Amino acid sequence: MKNKIIQQVSFLLIGACILITLFFLASLIYFIAKNGLPVLSWSFLTQPPKDAMSSGGVAPAIIGTFYLTLGAIIIAAPLGLACAIYLQEYCQKGTVASIIKIGVNNLAGVPSVVFGLFGLTFFVKFLGFGISILSGALTLAILILPSIISASCEALNAVPNSIREASLALGATQFQTIRKAVLPCAFGAVMTGIILSIARAAGETAPILFTAAAFYKRGYPDSIFSETMALPYHIYALMTEGTNPAKQEPIAYGCALILMLMVFIISLAAIFLRNKYRRKNG
Amino acid sequence: MDDNKIKIEAKNINFYYGQMQILKNLSVNFYENQVTAFIGPSGCGKSTFIRLLNKMNELAPNSSVSGEIYLDGENILDKKTNAVKIRRKVGMVFQKPNPFSKTIFQNISYGLQLCKTPKKLIPEIVEESLKHAALWNEVKDRLHKSALELSGGQQQRLCIARCLAIKPEVILFDEPCASLDPISTSKIEELVLKLKKYYTIAIVTHNMQQAARVSDQTAFMYLGELIEFSPTKEMFVVPKEKKTQEYLSGRFG
Ligand SMILES: Nc1ncnc2c1ncn2[C@@H]1O[C@H](COP(=O)(O)OP(=O)(O)OP(=O)(O)O)[C@@H](O)[C@H]1O
Ligand SMILES: [Mg+2]
Repeated sequence: MKNKIIQQVSFLLIGACILITLFFLASLIYFIAKNGLPVLSWSFLTQPPKDAMSSGGVAPAIIGTFYLTLGAIIIAAPLGLACAIYLQEYCQKGTVASIIKIGVNNLAGVPSVVFGLFGLTFFVKFLGFGISILSGALTLAILILPSIISASCEALNAVPNSIREASLALGATQFQTIRKAVLPCAFGAVMTGIILSIARAAGETAPILFTAAAFYKRGYPDSIFSETMALPYHIYALMTEGTNPAKQEPIAYGCALILMLMVFIISLAAIFLRNKYRRKNG
Repeated sequence: MDDNKIKIEAKNINFYYGQMQILKNLSVNFYENQVTAFIGPSGCGKSTFIRLLNKMNELAPNSSVSGEIYLDGENILDKKTNAVKIRRKVGMVFQKPNPFSKTIFQNISYGLQLCKTPKKLIPEIVEESLKHAALWNEVKDRLHKSALELSGGQQQRLCIARCLAIKPEVILFDEPCASLDPISTSKIEELVLKLKKYYTIAIVTHNMQQAARVSDQTAFMYLGELIEFSPTKEMFVVPKEKKTQEYLSGRFG
């Protein structure tokens, strides 16, 4: 009897937690959509800003965020996967590996503005890339690197050893085993890690603040060495600077909505790719 | 006819995990075209020993080994011996079926692609291997379906076919029937008997009847030592050692 009551109370509590979480999620989406939808239009998506950003569209910021995110993933995904393969497959039990793993995990907890400062001193100044898409993408890349490494390590760890043994026993080298037997198994989980990182890279403001973002830039970026507008920073700028706050605020909400949709669409595309690959290999 | 041509000769094998000695001065001969069975209580080192024969245990961290294992005169345990070359000669079938999550066809072509078999020949070898492993009739219409859809017994025969495809000379079976039902088990036993015409076979088993049915030689191991090694017919009728007798009759502390 007593157990039954405890059971029901805990179900209630868990249900309440879920409701609270859903409530915040739903109200977030609701407020962004409510304030953002009115300004959304085709010209908002395709035109550059006008009148000191108090009207016009945000196309350069959309393009900029797309380039930055894409660049960060292109740099961080292979690098992170390679690190994970080294840690998990080649020096699994060594002290070196565990030191590196601790380092990687700590890196994941470093505030993003610190990465921004590092990007400024290293990529922008020391390597002389200037405030540019390249610097921004590199900074975002090292920001998401730890999570890609951990996710990939987990993914490789989840591949049963019997698969490796099967491959080795058939006369595969360790490298062939990783490439042809282990990676196909881990691919789905690795992709999931990368998808989550896409969202992170697209939404971060601090790392691009000093390395890539321009408050206002006429026209579109024309090379990886040009600075660029970007959605998260554009939102920040609209809300804190400028001359016409009343007109800028709705635009900021519009940007936020677009940012959410962009992350959503990129993730969907990645999930689609992953499932297609899984079906082929499943 | 030379009945007892030695294919693999293991001499004075000692194996350690850290300080713990797992194998104690083991010497066993494997005769060509014969089945050698390994029996003994759990943990006595049977797997450890046969995994030395295809250099699989050298992957284990902080393990060390001494002694020699000659395969056609080449010392397998020598650090300089190429593991890939040995593993192509000495195939292995594991306790739990471990097909890749690929199609049936790809599972078998995997090893063939590794040794650069011309693409044109692959379908033929796949069919031949599946026939050899007595699986062809069950899967010929679904070669391009996932191997994971097969039953456990079929998966194990697929693993055998995969191993046969690369034409090894020796096949090691580590409790191949441990997770299988009696019908699949007897299919695999038949297969082993059929395969010994072409291969040298080692099989680890916990099933005494199985050892008696399929093997020509039996090795009885206990706590890392080889207690008795004799022709199966003799060992199961008149064991030489008291320990063997106790183990075979099920009286064992
Ligand atoms: N990686 C390892 N590290 C340390 N000890 C190990 C390791 N692998 C196996 N052992 C030990 O080696 C001994 C022999 O193990 P092995 O797997 O060879 O036994 P087995 O005869 O095959 O047993 P079973 O019949 O249960 O499969 C056991 O005592 C086991 O605890
Ligand atoms: Mg075993």
